Amino acid sequence: MSDIKKIKDEYLKKLDNNLDIESVNQIKTELFGKNGQISNSFKKLGSLPNGERKKFASDLNSIKEELQEKINSKLQEIEIKEINSKLENEKIDVTLPEREIKPGKIHPVSQVIDEISSIFSEIGFSVEEGPDVENEHYNFTALNTPDNHPARDMHDTFYLDNNKEILLRTHTSPVQVRTMLNGKPPFKIIAPGRTYRSDSDQTHSPMFHQVEGLHIDKEINMGHLKGCLNYFIKSFFEIDKIKMRFRPSHFPFTEPSAEVDIGYELKDGKIVIGEGDKWLEILGCGMVHPNVLKNVNVNPDKYQGYAFGIGIDRLGMLKYGINDLRAFFETDYRWLNHFGFDPLDVPSNYRGLSR
Amino acid sequence: MKFTMSWLKEHLKTKHKDIQIIDKLTDVGLEVESFENISSDFDNFKVAKIVNAEQHPNADRLRVCDVDIGQQNIVKVVCGAPNAKKGLLTVYAGPGSVIPKNNMKLTVSKIRGVTSYGMLCSESELKLSDESEGITELKLSKYSDKIGKNFLNNKTEKVVDLSITPNRPDCLGVRGIARDLAAAGAGKLKSISHKNIKKNGSQNVKVSITKDKDQGCTIFGSCLIKGVTNKESPKWLKEKIESLGQKPISAIVDITNYVMLDLNRPLHAYDADKIDNEIIVRNSKKGETFEALDNKEYKLDDGMCVISDQSGVLGLGGIIGGTRSGTELKTKNILLESAYFIPRSIRKTSKLLNIDTDAKFRFERGIDPQSIETGLLKASQLISEICGGKISKFDIQKIKQYKNSEIKFNTSLFEKITGFKIKDNEIIKILNDLGFKVSRKKSELKLKIPSWRPDISQPIDIVEEVVRIKGYENIETIEPEKNRLKDTLNKQQKLFHFLQRSVASKGYFETVTWSFTDSKINNFFKENLKEIKIVNPISSDLDVLRNSIFSNLAFYLKKNLDRGFKDISLFEIGPIFKNSQPGEQLTVIGAIKSGKISRLNWNEKERSVDIFDVKKDLIQTLMEAGYDKQSFFIRDKSPTYYHPGKSGSVYLDKDDIDPVAYFGELHPNIVKKLDIKTEGVVGFEIYLDYLKDNKIKLKDQKSNFEYSDYQKSERDFAFVVDKNYKAQDLIEIIASIDKNLIKSIKIFDIYEGENIPDGKKSVALNVTIQSSEKTLEESDLEKINKLIITTVETKSGAKIRS
Repeated sequence: MSDIKKIKDEYLKKLDNNLDIESVNQIKTELFGKNGQISNSFKKLGSLPNGERKKFASDLNSIKEELQEKINSKLQEIEIKEINSKLENEKIDVTLPEREIKPGKIHPVSQVIDEISSIFSEIGFSVEEGPDVENEHYNFTALNTPDNHPARDMHDTFYLDNNKEILLRTHTSPVQVRTMLNGKPPFKIIAPGRTYRSDSDQTHSPMFHQVEGLHIDKEINMGHLKGCLNYFIKSFFEIDKIKMRFRPSHFPFTEPSAEVDIGYELKDGKIVIGEGDKWLEILGCGMVHPNVLKNVNVNPDKYQGYAFGIGIDRLGMLKYGINDLRAFFETDYRWLNHFGFDPLDVPSNYRGLSR
Repeated sequence: MKFTMSWLKEHLKTKHKDIQIIDKLTDVGLEVESFENISSDFDNFKVAKIVNAEQHPNADRLRVCDVDIGQQNIVKVVCGAPNAKKGLLTVYAGPGSVIPKNNMKLTVSKIRGVTSYGMLCSESELKLSDESEGITELKLSKYSDKIGKNFLNNKTEKVVDLSITPNRPDCLGVRGIARDLAAAGAGKLKSISHKNIKKNGSQNVKVSITKDKDQGCTIFGSCLIKGVTNKESPKWLKEKIESLGQKPISAIVDITNYVMLDLNRPLHAYDADKIDNEIIVRNSKKGETFEALDNKEYKLDDGMCVISDQSGVLGLGGIIGGTRSGTELKTKNILLESAYFIPRSIRKTSKLLNIDTDAKFRFERGIDPQSIETGLLKASQLISEICGGKISKFDIQKIKQYKNSEIKFNTSLFEKITGFKIKDNEIIKILNDLGFKVSRKKSELKLKIPSWRPDISQPIDIVEEVVRIKGYENIETIEPEKNRLKDTLNKQQKLFHFLQRSVASKGYFETVTWSFTDSKINNFFKENLKEIKIVNPISSDLDVLRNSIFSNLAFYLKKNLDRGFKDISLFEIGPIFKNSQPGEQLTVIGAIKSGKISRLNWNEKERSVDIFDVKKDLIQTLMEAGYDKQSFFIRDKSPTYYHPGKSGSVYLDKDDIDPVAYFGELHPNIVKKLDIKTEGVVGFEIYLDYLKDNKIKLKDQKSNFEYSDYQKSERDFAFVVDKNYKAQDLIEIIASIDKNLIKSIKIFDIYEGENIPDGKKSVALNVTIQSSEKTLEESDLEKINKLIITTVETKSGAKIRS
């Protein structure tokens, strides 16, 4: 017994030294090889008397396990040490640039359209569309703007034929007409899209974007119009305190008609929407004219409601501090990069319009 | 519509301050464009004293004056006036001032080598008189203690500029504006008092309105004023005309303009001696000509309403007079016209001839047909006061009677539309103030519409009148209900938004370009589509609707390359036009990519963009949108604007007739012609209208999850096939051998050249084989290997490379 205990102590001590893998393997052989000291001790077992054999076998086994464990942990320790010293040499400059990142961008007009759709979605509007090329009837006549009406002069129209029957829509209002002709009330829609007027200077672009709104039901009145736009403006600018003013105006297709101004102030040359003491016109609206309803086969004695038209580009300019309308359509890579949005920033009801 | 506050107050008795009136105008729907001093920088004109005047060193006729303008420093001003001498009190205009006479803006400038800070003004430059001989001389007694004070201070009159909507012709006269303000509680409308005028003799120029078809004139009122002395208008009249930014002409013309602006009653004065016997109001005959007061000769068409005499056309009724019968300073006898012209006729004629005048603008919107006599009365009275002369009796020819129309109005409609209630009495008061005659029967009102309101014809018009006068601030704000009638977006719209962001997420910048383009560029991309010309384009290089998105993308790609950008990825989603009828348009994504991948990258090799870059972006986008890549089919057909050998089309299914997308290199000839300088230009197009609805929806239950844990084996093959043989077909042949066992096929090498015969290529494939029932034995694998080789060889004519 004392022999094997001695062996154990001796080897445990040896293994505590600073060893390389080969020396540990050497020790392993000395202990557990064919003629190893532990192996030999096991051979002695048979010659022991019965009474002692059990005890000796048990001691020997536990010593064997202890030594094996020690050897294994010693081997692991050495391996880790070796890996660590190897890693020291594998150090690289992690400040070198990553592989090329090419982020994409969503145009501000698209982002704003998605924001608008998201806001109106929450109060139950659905999105309708109509063609960019319209005929004179849908763009004007059906909207209570007959040919001899001076209100037509308010729209500088692009024509595609000499008879002035086919044109590029001057507003998104013809979508109202198409929607109502193709369905039955109630109607609760918005219609964002491209619109065209032959007007080009610093603040006018021959193409721009509008969103039309239309809500027709049995008891929709000007209070609902005010409530809807108030809700929209607050949601869109993502501010609670906003000044809003409804002012009488005139559009042939609505009556009574209104223009809506919002309060703003100038800060560092930029327009800041909110409670400032200046007014900025942002949209036109009103109660759909009974003549328009008649033109689309809706009975104005039974149904009534409101419509509005908002300039999308202008809303985007105000919200995101963009000064130049024409730059929207000039495809300057720098501009798109600066004012564009990350494609993952999808405006939605549940996560909000913006980050 | 411009007017001054003092002019307004001739019609409106009010204690309101200017700013309150401005707010009130806005509240009733008369939009204020501006409210400012006639010249906003009158503050720049100061009373000044010349403290010293010396001869200019380089110019005999100029003097260099030291001028005291009431500030610490004396300013130096170069002046050419002979009366500029030491001690004179005069008017000084500093740099930045605008000289009223010629609207010239002053700057600090060198005059013959001497710097002059501003200018000393003559009376004519200040528009005070015609005196232009020297600078203004101010009386010492009156101005000696006012040096440095504003000279024009007391004279400033604020001008309001309103933007009048087309439905309100009545507010194109100051009186109409006053009436609205009075109704809204901003004062009281003064009544018009006419002095009795003496009428002498009859109007003996015969006037007749013919019964032509669509006669544009229905009333022609006139009077003669004999023995006038036409002259420069008196100061008050000139100032009125000038305050609105117009130019005074002569008393007679100024008076007719004044009455027009005051009452919205256009008038026309003829030199009676130039009229050949009689006035005939008739339709023009094709080819008739006349010279109008704008000094242009107009050639008329059939059926335009003209005022004529026995010699021919005098003028276009309600639009413009002619030079032949125009008044001059020497005019002795005038015929004054006050007429009614039908708006439709005015609009048609002026559009055809492209004439825009003040009278046309008003008649087109509708003039009060009952203001004929009022206009004659006011103008003739003023003319006789200023120019003398005897007024004849009025002659009124009519072919139509204008009575006030009547409508019934149920007051409950007001609340139904506006959502708030006001008392019937208040409704009646507002309408009375606006000039309606109201009689009441319970809640139904019988309304006689004022003759100056052509815009009012039905009950909704009355609601508008009442609510705008009552004030929109009384409308409640009703919180929107959040109930939804149907889905926000339909399938096509969802697809639009999804694809838009899907493409952008692959590193493309979204752009929005105009739907029109340059026909020269469009021609490269229009294929067999019809060119759609814009009749009145904004400029000659934006003259057609785009047949393809690539025309604008290519144009702007070049612009950005020219700005020094190299690696550009752009896309647009929007309409292209097939033809010119509504709806003949398609929604398309066009994407374009230029330059290199990994340019100047420390750890990746740079290379030019190629078609497999865009093919990846395209296929991945379609996959993300839910389409099954396994059934995609690629053909090498594509539009001619792509490189013929390096482009293709994508079909969602092999059997589809229309491709949903194209991809490839842009045709090198187009790149060259458009002078696009870059290493490579590739692009793709997706036609949203051809993307069918997905058979498998995201909301559907997914198919059972099946997998195999049995061992998989990979085998490599290399086949030598014809150079033009398509990899897609090779994969299809192998895949169809055993759909259960063959799990995937990858092409890992394409090789042409040494050891491969001419016209052939070697395609190396890796095939993964796995059973879902058992571990395949070597013999099973050998069997399938052989099957792959023999099938490929038979079907494609390929040979296995040993």
